[in-house]
Amino acid sequence: MPDTPILLREQQYHQIKAVLARLRMDSSARVVFLVDKDGQEIAVQGEIGNIDSTSLASLAAGNVAATGGMAQLIGEKEFPTLSHEGEKESIHISVIGRLLLVIVFDERSTLGLVKLRSKQVSQQLSSMIDEITRADFEASDSPFAEITDEDIESLFN
Amino acid sequence: MTFINYASREINCKIVYYGPGLCGKTTNLQHIFEATAPQARGKLISLATETDRTLFFDFMPLELGTVRGFKTRFHLYTVPGQVFYDASRKLILKGVDGVVFVADSQEERMDANVESLYNLEENLRAQGYDLMKLPYVLQLNKRDLPNVVPVSDLTAELIRKQEPIVEAVASTGAGVFDTLKAVAKQVLTELRKS
Repeated sequence: MPDTPILLREQQYHQIKAVLARLRMDSSARVVFLVDKDGQEIAVQGEIGNIDSTSLASLAAGNVAATGGMAQLIGEKEFPTLSHEGEKESIHISVIGRLLLVIVFDERSTLGLVKLRSKQVSQQLSSMIDEITRADFEASDSPFAEITDEDIESLFN
Repeated sequence: MTFINYASREINCKIVYYGPGLCGKTTNLQHIFEATAPQARGKLISLATETDRTLFFDFMPLELGTVRGFKTRFHLYTVPGQVFYDASRKLILKGVDGVVFVADSQEERMDANVESLYNLEENLRAQGYDLMKLPYVLQLNKRDLPNVVPVSDLTAELIRKQEPIVEAVASTGAGVFDTLKAVAKQVLTELRKS
C-alpha cells in the first residue's frame, strides 16, 4: 500500500533537528540530512554551503531505491547502509524505516565514527518517526482542507 | 507521497512523467526548466546515458507559489522509457501524487504508447496505486509532425477515465505548462479531499 502523507508538526521538526545537531557534532560531520525514501527532504543540520540539498535528497533516495532493488534480486530484503568515499568528501546513508539518514563528512571525521554515531541515534530517530507516522492524518489538519478553486487557480497566474 | 512541514510551512508533492522511449518526457522537463524563473526552481538533474537517453530519472523541484501561507513545491520526475528499464520505472513511481502520460502521436509509435500505458497501470498496481483514483493527465505530444494519428483515434485508444487531454509540442513548449497545470490542480484538489 502507498505510504500515508507525512505531516510534520513544528515541535516534532525541532526535536528532529536537535537530534541531527547532536549527531553532527558527535560524528564531526559536515552536514546531516533526514530524507524520506521518496526523496523528500525532512530536515537538515550543518554546513550546507553550496550543497543543493533538494537534489541530494532526491538522488540519495534514488540510490537507496536502486541498491534496494539489487538487494532483492540477490535475495536480501535491503542494504541497510550505503557508503560512498570520495577524495575529500564522503557520504554515509542509513535506512531507518521509511526514512534515510544521510551524513556528509570530510577528513575531520572517519567512516567508522560516522557509522557508530548514526547507529546510536537510529533507534531514537526511529521512535520519533513512528510517532509522526502513527498520528492520524485528519482532514482538518491539512492547511489545504479549506482551499478554494480560486486559491488553486491563483498559483498558475 | 505528500509531505507537509508545518515548521518550514511547505507542502511537497511528487509528479511523474511516464511514457514510451523518446516520447518527450525529458523535453517536457527541459522546457519547464528553461521557461521558469531561476528562483522558482532548482537544478534539473538528468541521470542519462552518453547518448542522452534517460538511464534512471530526471528530477526538478518547482515552486509554484504560496497557498494559505504554505509554499507549494512540486518534485517533477521522468522515468526511463525504454522497455528494459522496467525495474527503474517501478522505483520512481513510489510515493507518486500525480502522473502525466506523454504519448508519442506518431503512427509508428502507437503500439509503444499502448504497451507503456499498460506498463504504467501494472507498475502502479505493484506499488498499491490505482490509476483510476490517481491525479492523471494524458498528453498527446509531437502534434507538429507530419505522420501523426488523429487526436480522436489516439484518445479512443489511450483514454482511461475522464482525464484531461492536452495536445503538445514539447520541443517548442506548446502544451507543456497546460499539462503541468492540469495535473498539479488535481493533486492540490486531492489534498483538499484527504
